[in-house]
Amino acid sequence: MAEDTSSPAAGNEWPLWEIFIRGQHGMSHRHVGSLHATDAEHAIKNARDVYTRRNEGVSIWVVPASQVSASSPSDKGPMFDPARDKVYRHPTFYELPDEAGKM
Amino acid sequence: MYAQLVKSEASAEDPIRLAEFQARIDRGEKIEPKDWMPAGYRKTLIRQIGQHAHSEIVGQLPEGNWITRAPTLERKANLLAKVQDEAGHGLYLYCAAETLGVSRDELFEMLHNGKMKYSSIFNYPTLTWADMGAVGWLVDGAAIMNQVPLQRTSYGPYARAMVRICKEESFHQRQGYHLLLHMMKGSEAQQRMCQDALNRMWFPALMMFGPSDKDSVHSAQSMAWKIKMNTNDELRQKFVDETVRQAEFLGLQIPDDALRWNESTGHYDFSEPDWDEFHDVISGNGPCNHERLEARKSAWNDGAWVREARMAHAMKNSERRLAAAE
Ligand SMILES: [Fe+2]
Ligand SMILES: [Fe+2]
Repeated sequence: MAEDTSSPAAGNEWPLWEIFIRGQHGMSHRHVGSLHATDAEHAIKNARDVYTRRNEGVSIWVVPASQVSASSPSDKGPMFDPARDKVYRHPTFYELPDEAGKM
Repeated sequence: MYAQLVKSEASAEDPIRLAEFQARIDRGEKIEPKDWMPAGYRKTLIRQIGQHAHSEIVGQLPEGNWITRAPTLERKANLLAKVQDEAGHGLYLYCAAETLGVSRDELFEMLHNGKMKYSSIFNYPTLTWADMGAVGWLVDGAAIMNQVPLQRTSYGPYARAMVRICKEESFHQRQGYHLLLHMMKGSEAQQRMCQDALNRMWFPALMMFGPSDKDSVHSAQSMAWKIKMNTNDELRQKFVDETVRQAEFLGLQIPDDALRWNESTGHYDFSEPDWDEFHDVISGNGPCNHERLEARKSAWNDGAWVREARMAHAMKNSERRLAAAE
């Protein structure tokens, strides 16, 4: 069993959790916000009250905020720019005659 | 507004970085928690979002006062749902503030020791059931005026919290107006009660937007940073223009002899609220300041054992799980 490394952030504060909600069947979970809770079960209960008061969800994921790894903003260039000039990855790059039919 | 008299901080950073930052904002880009930002931007936002969050939380108290005395089960359910929403609004906003590097406990601490404010409006008492109508209609109505443009604010987490809040806010105003419409069809005593609620709440509602700030440097900086989208006067005028018609429809009289339609401006002229009273209330001397702050402090102190017990329970469970896995 993996150790829960989410430790209280400051002083006696409950750890922070990131909340993901599946809005409808067939959709993926989406990040909706965060909240404090003592453990995963508690985080799910709180997420239900904080983020689904109007039927906004059919499923909830909770992740300790301390467990989220993120790309850094300063890497934005080297990370994402290379994909920018590769227009040939999009279908519209390839011009085909109408006679070829719908493709 | 919910954040009144928020002073913005000047920034003493590298002018080139500052200019690049301003250019991002001018291009309409969102600033995210890990992005570089001027220290003043961060500090001003903590102050503003914190004050906004505190207002949502303290704002539960004047309405909480009437939950057990609602006249019907339906009205009770409505009010309960509304007050629960306000708790949610506070939580969304605290989380947004925390992304700027302040902890939840620090924010509470600053509310409790008076270093951070909450909106002046919640320092007025709610004396009758009609006040529940007036609060929803006027207070949430004024909040909406301010919050709708803030959905476009430059700080990502704040903007996203505002989108959620705005989605929920319209029910708050409508349930208040609905309640008053209903009461205005009732007995003469009930109608008088509605008028009395409007009489007491009108000027405090106008104060929610804060004093005129069209010449304020703080306001200019906040507007350049897009953490304030309109001047206080613009929003107040918009509020008056919309509310007058709603009052007329209810058959209520706005308690202002100077109120009249101005052909040339296309707006209503109206009297300024008493700004001495506003400064008095915001500095702690309103009718309910003491009561509100005491209620928050005792909720925090009386809840300490619950917070500790929950944490201890979670620790015990995780130790058990670890032991079982060995
Ligand atoms: Fe709210
Ligand atoms: Fe509200």
